[in-house]
Amino acid sequence: MQFMLLFSRQGKLRLQKWYVPLSDKEKKKITRELVQTVLARKPKMCSFLEWRDLKIVYKRYASLYFCCAIEDQDNELITLEIIHRYVELLDKYFGSVCELDIIFNFEKAYFILDEFLLGGEVQETSKKNVLKAIEQADLLQEKTETMYHSKIFIGFKKAY
Amino acid sequence: MQPLSAGSGLEAGVCKSKEAEIKRINKELANIRSKFKGDKALDGYSKKKYVCKLLFIFLLGHDIDFGHMEAVNLLSSNRYTEKQIGYLFISVLVNSNSELIRLINNAIKNDLASRNPTFMGLALHCIASVGSREMAEAFAGEIPKVLVAGDTMDSVKQSAALCLLRLYRTSPDLVPMGDWTSRVVHLLNDQHLGVVTAATSLITTLAQKNPEEFKTSVSLAVSRLSRIVTSASTDLQDYTYYFVPAPWLSVKLLRLLQCYPPPDPAVRGRLTECLETILNKAQEPPKSKKVQHSNAKNAVLFEAISLIIHHDSEPNLLVRACNQLGQFLQHRETNLRYLALESMCTLASSEFSHEAVKTHIETVINALKTERDVSVRQRAVDLLYAMCDRSNAPQIVAEMLSYLETADYSIREEIVLKVAILAEKYAVDYTWYVDTILNLIRIAGDYVSEEVWYRVIQIVINRDDVQGYAAKTVFEALQAPACHENLVKVGGYILGEFGNLIAGDPRSSPLIQFNLLHSKFHLCSVPTRALLLSTYIKFVNLFPEVKPTIQDVLRSDSQLRNADVELQQRAVEYLRLSTVASTDILATVLEEMPPFPERESSILAKLKKKKGPSTVTDLEDTKRERSVDVNGGPEPAPASTSAMSTPSPSADLLGLGAAPPAPAGPPPSSGGGGLLVDVFSDSASVVAPLAPGSEDNFARFVCKNNGVLFENQLLQIGLKSEFRQNLGRMFIFYGNKTSTQFLNFTPTLICSDELQPNILGFITKPVDPTVEGGAQVQQVVNIECVSDFTEAPVLNIQFRYGGTFQNVSVQLPITLNKFFQPTEMASQDFFQRWKQLSNPQQEVQNIFKAKHPMDTEVTKAKIIGFGSALLEEVDPNPANFVGAGIIHTKTTQIGCLLRLEPNLQAQMYRLTLRTSKEAVSQRLCELLSAQF
Repeated sequence: MQFMLLFSRQGKLRLQKWYVPLSDKEKKKITRELVQTVLARKPKMCSFLEWRDLKIVYKRYASLYFCCAIEDQDNELITLEIIHRYVELLDKYFGSVCELDIIFNFEKAYFILDEFLLGGEVQETSKKNVLKAIEQADLLQEKTETMYHSKIFIGFKKAY
Repeated sequence: MQPLSAGSGLEAGVCKSKEAEIKRINKELANIRSKFKGDKALDGYSKKKYVCKLLFIFLLGHDIDFGHMEAVNLLSSNRYTEKQIGYLFISVLVNSNSELIRLINNAIKNDLASRNPTFMGLALHCIASVGSREMAEAFAGEIPKVLVAGDTMDSVKQSAALCLLRLYRTSPDLVPMGDWTSRVVHLLNDQHLGVVTAATSLITTLAQKNPEEFKTSVSLAVSRLSRIVTSASTDLQDYTYYFVPAPWLSVKLLRLLQCYPPPDPAVRGRLTECLETILNKAQEPPKSKKVQHSNAKNAVLFEAISLIIHHDSEPNLLVRACNQLGQFLQHRETNLRYLALESMCTLASSEFSHEAVKTHIETVINALKTERDVSVRQRAVDLLYAMCDRSNAPQIVAEMLSYLETADYSIREEIVLKVAILAEKYAVDYTWYVDTILNLIRIAGDYVSEEVWYRVIQIVINRDDVQGYAAKTVFEALQAPACHENLVKVGGYILGEFGNLIAGDPRSSPLIQFNLLHSKFHLCSVPTRALLLSTYIKFVNLFPEVKPTIQDVLRSDSQLRNADVELQQRAVEYLRLSTVASTDILATVLEEMPPFPERESSILAKLKKKKGPSTVTDLEDTKRERSVDVNGGPEPAPASTSAMSTPSPSADLLGLGAAPPAPAGPPPSSGGGGLLVDVFSDSASVVAPLAPGSEDNFARFVCKNNGVLFENQLLQIGLKSEFRQNLGRMFIFYGNKTSTQFLNFTPTLICSDELQPNILGFITKPVDPTVEGGAQVQQVVNIECVSDFTEAPVLNIQFRYGGTFQNVSVQLPITLNKFFQPTEMASQDFFQRWKQLSNPQQEVQNIFKAKHPMDTEVTKAKIIGFGSALLEEVDPNPANFVGAGIIHTKTTQIGCLLRLEPNLQAQMYRLTLRTSKEAVSQRLCELLSAQF
């Protein structure tokens, strides 16, 4: 996989992970182009499209689009399930995940992604193993930190 | 529930307006900057908080140009969360500042050595995310050790494997192969499926470039796969995904197997069983209604089909795969229909399944008409293109044409190119071809590129049987009140050349033709008008009766004083030409266009350019490539020879296919000069020794096809040749440079006994034995390459000049490389094949001093002229040249790879040739070495 992008229905980028070296300018250009292309597609259309010399696999979950760019020989369907497994992982971790969870806990979203995919390849497919790794890290965190600001954010979530 | 470390009040995601957001962000950035610069040292917690805020702002889409140092500081914190945020910042905002990189690498080194698996994990994740060359330099030696160490934890092993993979992708030269590779292969047997999953990706990538080193992975991968596909859905616990056992791993294993040719019979049996099981499972009722179940199951199925296609050796599996895809063509899931169409495209290029694919033609055509998603329709067009052959070409071309009327603008040009190529390639009847292209212009004139209309003109000019029809058809098409400018161009050109063929009909008399064309003149763009002016002057030559009318037009102010320089110049010159030139001169100047020589259809080249060379290969090319390269052996697959026996229609186009396949008898021309030969036949030296300098001239023709082969005071011999697959045709022009006749002029083609069985050459018809002074006569030699050869045929010319007997012999530059067909391939394919041809007798290498200045562009041109494809960006060293192609002979095709490494300092080259046949490697190496 060359990169993964998460963006909202309004076209706001929520998470980006690049597995190939690209300049910031290129990344921005690619993002703009893909967000536009994917948002323009109708709901019943197929989840794959050719783009430059890559294949784009995308799927929408509620207000968020998950979009992966894979190479010619890569398997589209299994990529679709990579997306789904990632959503499941987020869901399990956050407890019915929503866009705001990803906005405000972006670092967790990244950590989960890194446990699941590394260097653009699937590292660990077992849900249990991935979440175990994250929970261990959280335990380390709990020890050293107190919760802060959580009230403010809960307030925000409601207001949104 | 979680600490929301993004920080207070910064959630610009919820800010109402863009300006408000930017204002808020700038304020926050200034705040953070002042904190970082402040006199008071920040504690780890605050540093983490601000670094995290910066990340958050960056992810909102704003540029961040500071904070790297603070992030690097966090790396050396002992607190997990601080370290973690530090690493995240570094991975997301990669920075190429070398001082920073040194610090980052130091921190990573410490964490890798810490033996704390969580810290090691973070460090490895960071390397895998950044993957820069500096990191490869620092860690590529270390990570293999971590990977194979006995006491490394499973999760660390997984990260290490993929981390190494990332470094290998960016800097393959920095990852040393060694003892660790065999231990990595054995990770395929690991207890922990997560470790196997990660390791399989690494092994696949490494095996693509080093197949030999990793070939033991084949049997291990097959047994692992076999265990997975036969396991019950609960056996693998958490690795079962919606009732499908380990789908990700299965896909990766199948992918790994695609790096290799079909395995040995024992392993092959097991693999076939696996593949059959996967195909069988596709027929079973689903275990779940969830789309995830069917996706995971079908992901494995499609990968299995890819492997079956890659092996291209089990007809039974290929046909089953095709039937399975056939079912998917009508599936209600759009995704499956899309993938089935895509996958069938590759199946269509296999000899075994081509026919099976063709049975789905109606479904595919229907998809073209009814699919609501343009990307699916695009796949349907691709598949129709792939399955097209002579039997169904008229139907497919007609369907594509009718689809074109409503096709999406984004894919019109590509469809136009495809229609043009198919119409040409499978034209039995060239009137059909002409009709098709004119239809194309009518329906989608705007999308008809120059290549397409140039091509139709080339074809009409090269085929005299269609010229009259073409003239008549364009004349009729031009009658339409509104016709596309491209039609005016084609019409202008064709009537200018062949208008005379229909001028006998009073309905298309010269004047009517002229008036028709001229009625379009004023609506056209400058280039088209320029073309029409040329047509007019051609008319002056063809039809003297319209000369006054045309001169009037040329003389008018709108032409002679046209603001456009090109038009004005043409008008002035043509008018003058028509006034001063005698009919003879006019006839010479405006002689009919000579046939176009060519090697590759310009349209095909355009399509390749449009879609990238790897995606559109000529179908027949792919077929051959497969049979030559996958099976690897020197013997061609029987299928490919049968493809050869019917010369491709594009060869027909140039009349090359007309060469009689029977062995050549004595050249007919020898009969003409029989007397003369008789006179000298008692002496053994009937044939003169090779003319001096002939060797040099010969070498000059290795990379080109046209030019002067020989010249002395009396005679000049010019050549023009063209080669297609294993056939060639050479036009030889004999010029009498004197003012006196040559008598008993007798050229003879001599193939030595050694050469005889390998090359068939025959002169199509004898030349007139008398060549007038100053005249040039032409002769055609048809050539067929039966198998590879070294020597070249000799052309002997005997004639009488002013009472003296002249005897000249020259080598005809018919060399093995003329039968090259270039093959484009990606870097990984190239190296895979390179490795496959690693037997010592398959490689020939020559190191030699440069005889010419070492110029990159010249070298490129020579390699292309040599006939192989020049593969850019394949060799890791950009100074090297890499080429690939297939030598076509009647009996076999030989895949050839070449690599030329210049050494500017030493003014030397090293040339390496790898082919499946020693003699071929040897000969090609000799030929090409002499060129630099």
